[in-house]
Amino acid sequence: MINLDVNGKTYQVDADPSTPLLYVLRDHLQLNGAKFGCGLGQCGACTVSVDGRAVFSCITPIAALPGRKIRTIEGLGTVENPGPVQRAFIEEQAAQCGYCIPGMMMRAQALLDANPSPSKAEIRRHMNTNLCRCGTHMRILRAVERAAGLMRESGKGGNGR
Amino acid sequence: MNDSLPSMLTRRDFLARGGALVVSFSLAPAVLNAAEPQNIGVQPKPAPALPGSLKSAPMLDSWIRIDADGKITVFTGKAELGQGIRTALLQVAAEELVVDPRTITLVTADTGRTPNEGYTAGSQSMQDSATAILHASAQVRAILVGLASQRLNVPPADLTAHLGVIRAKDGRSMHYGQLVTGETLHVNASPESALRDPKTTRGVIGKSMHRVDIPAKVTGGAIYVQDLRLPTMVHARVVRPPSYGARLVSVANSKLGSMPGVLKIVRDGNYLAVIAEREYQAVVAMRALAGSAKWEERAALPPPGDPYGYFQRLPSDDAVNLGGPAETAIGSGTISATYRRPYLMHASIGPSCAVGLLQDGVVTVWSHTQGVYPLRDAIAEMLRTPADRVRVIHMEGSGCYGQNGADDAGADAALLASALPGRPVRVQWMREDEHTWEPYGSMMISTARAKLDAGKIVEWQYDLWSNTHNLRPGPAGNLVTAQYLEQPFGPAAPKELPLPNGGGNRNAIPIYTLPNPRVVDHFIPQMPLRVSALRGLGAYHNVFSIESFMDELAFAAKIDPVEFRLRHLDDTRARDVIAACAERFGWNRFQKQRGRGRGFGFARYKNHASYLAIAIEIEVDRESGLIRPIRAVAAIDSGEAVNPDGIRNQTEGGILQSLSWSLYESVSFDTTRITSRDWSTYPILRFSNVPEAIDVHIISRPGSPFLGAGEAAQGPTAAALSNAVADALGVRLRELPFTRARVRAAIAV
Repeated sequence: MINLDVNGKTYQVDADPSTPLLYVLRDHLQLNGAKFGCGLGQCGACTVSVDGRAVFSCITPIAALPGRKIRTIEGLGTVENPGPVQRAFIEEQAAQCGYCIPGMMMRAQALLDANPSPSKAEIRRHMNTNLCRCGTHMRILRAVERAAGLMRESGKGGNGR
Repeated sequence: MNDSLPSMLTRRDFLARGGALVVSFSLAPAVLNAAEPQNIGVQPKPAPALPGSLKSAPMLDSWIRIDADGKITVFTGKAELGQGIRTALLQVAAEELVVDPRTITLVTADTGRTPNEGYTAGSQSMQDSATAILHASAQVRAILVGLASQRLNVPPADLTAHLGVIRAKDGRSMHYGQLVTGETLHVNASPESALRDPKTTRGVIGKSMHRVDIPAKVTGGAIYVQDLRLPTMVHARVVRPPSYGARLVSVANSKLGSMPGVLKIVRDGNYLAVIAEREYQAVVAMRALAGSAKWEERAALPPPGDPYGYFQRLPSDDAVNLGGPAETAIGSGTISATYRRPYLMHASIGPSCAVGLLQDGVVTVWSHTQGVYPLRDAIAEMLRTPADRVRVIHMEGSGCYGQNGADDAGADAALLASALPGRPVRVQWMREDEHTWEPYGSMMISTARAKLDAGKIVEWQYDLWSNTHNLRPGPAGNLVTAQYLEQPFGPAAPKELPLPNGGGNRNAIPIYTLPNPRVVDHFIPQMPLRVSALRGLGAYHNVFSIESFMDELAFAAKIDPVEFRLRHLDDTRARDVIAACAERFGWNRFQKQRGRGRGFGFARYKNHASYLAIAIEIEVDRESGLIRPIRAVAAIDSGEAVNPDGIRNQTEGGILQSLSWSLYESVSFDTTRITSRDWSTYPILRFSNVPEAIDVHIISRPGSPFLGAGEAAQGPTAAALSNAVADALGVRLRELPFTRARVRAAIAV
């Protein structure tokens, strides 16, 4: 059994310690946010935040994670009460198929947690890790900028809601 | 998830159990079979002149159901692929039913419940399904108003329908649900509908509406088939062969059965898979199984060196698409150019996935296929079971942009579910499965030749070489799963798709007004690599070629390329998008900066759908060879715009995807194996190289037919990029993609 702190809740997980976090999130905890894209740490669809940093959950074994705070898009808000990053992506209509978007949002969240007012160039550089195939890039960049603004407005910094 | 209960629920059952007032099965089997699947080229039935897909499903209750409480359900045979069709269809229905689109439930592609609209492909969903729903909704409203007229004893002209209620001037009213009884809507559609006046009454159509699917997508809702979790569901992985045609010689699986969680190892000829309780257990077991499998491979891929030369020398079936049997007499003064594009992959971010369940003799498959009915038929053939024993339900996947591994994964799920009756089996492809086994967009070559006189084109000949752009199921043999079974199914003989849509020859016929044009399609049946439909089919290459060549001719004639196009264009809508694009780009005011260039591209998709013009400014770093797109401006006329922001989103996406194809992408292979196995061996566009701005201008034509927007940008963008590169470098690149190495080589020459 391994204890994992996901979105502020502690879960006892019965899985081999070498199991990548992604499979535990999706299969054991039934969280849909993090997506399987490559299993190789190349595309970013599986991105979650671990202690505030963007991490590829597809190549991070759960053995490395007890005592760390894991956050997925489920921890950013809900359909009824979306957090700033979620609101920004909705307001900018920053999705086509949307499959890469949760990973984009968690990478953006990690940026905004560390830097509440990133420049356009900083946003591009930071987001460069993640791949989008539909060509939603322009909207994603705008959504990250908007999310920064929403967070600053709400005065809650990087708390996400 | 109530809509996806794992039992075989026929449309009849559904309607009966649903408590609806519409009770009959409204899709006559004969009509079903005569439906026109997109991209197959079956000609529509000539008989009823009904709008859109009403032709193949003419009963109004195939499309619209109204419950006693007034709740409206709309049915479409098309699927949400991330293109936003769900939202646009709701808008169209709401407009003519005069209700809030958010109050309508939309049921998408499901062989148990919806009309057969073939494939969701070819940018046809608006023409086919939205047109059908527009007219069906108008006709349903007319029926409701007629009924209210009888019940309230008021002439129809004195009644108004608004937000689900029909009101008389004296204040009496009835809601829609009170008017519908029994088989009210079980009637044939009429060829004519009393549509609301597009110029004066538009309430929903033409106004940007937030996509209905996005909130769940950004909050972790169960949207994708990858997210489907059914009770007692188990997980499977397939051990795909290392290369095309590989034979499974042996597999030492004696110890694998005792690996944690493993429920079953399935071998059927050269098909090998494992089913386990937990997903990661299936992954671990799959790797062990792959390690113990011995394959016999053959070197069946093109020899190294000159893949285009090899391809072009393969036998071809030649067809003259335009012009006489004899070659155009082009002699001295002829300008000629040859253009090449490599194999491209769909490269979905999420590898294909499906869930299958065999229960009570019926196999149900949840799939992100583009065609639930054709996939149902293919699976039934593969399982050697009647089609009514298979149900395929669409759920979203990662964007597909054509035929990716979706259908094959659906077949995997059906096959593996059959091996484990009673338990839902989820099959998830791995990254390398998708990269190496999806059907690619065909390599293509074209040669354009023309002659100029006094600034006008006087002769034109265009020859193209391509594989098919459609090997979709239908036939089981088009499923990779079925090709490797003990009793294998062979792929169907490839055929060119008929014009006007065309396949490899899509958009090969120039839209320009030219004397003596001749177009020859050299269709190559032999397929060194697995190919099928990729967004735009041949249009990407043909528009890239024709529009690059138009610039080459304009340069030779010393005429501005936009002006040169207009000199050869009569179509006013074509001229309008070109003018709008040039104006917004500032074409005539353009000041060229050092190291930069601009380019223009235009096409009418399929020569009968959306018009799109685009201008791009780029910068080239001569040192590294890197092409940096600075900005793009596009103008699109896709008929009446239903959801303008949806069209903008699709067009931006098309532009960026085409830039990715054209700057970076090419499927690589050695003589035996595909070597583009992941994102490091098949790089695509990243944030670092997207333009600073993309401006999409929509020219809406209220009241004119919907033309679809999803694929209009692919060809023009490649051409505009190519023309911008030529403008920046003074040297023209004619082979895609425009990699750094090619740019450096071109400058060095």
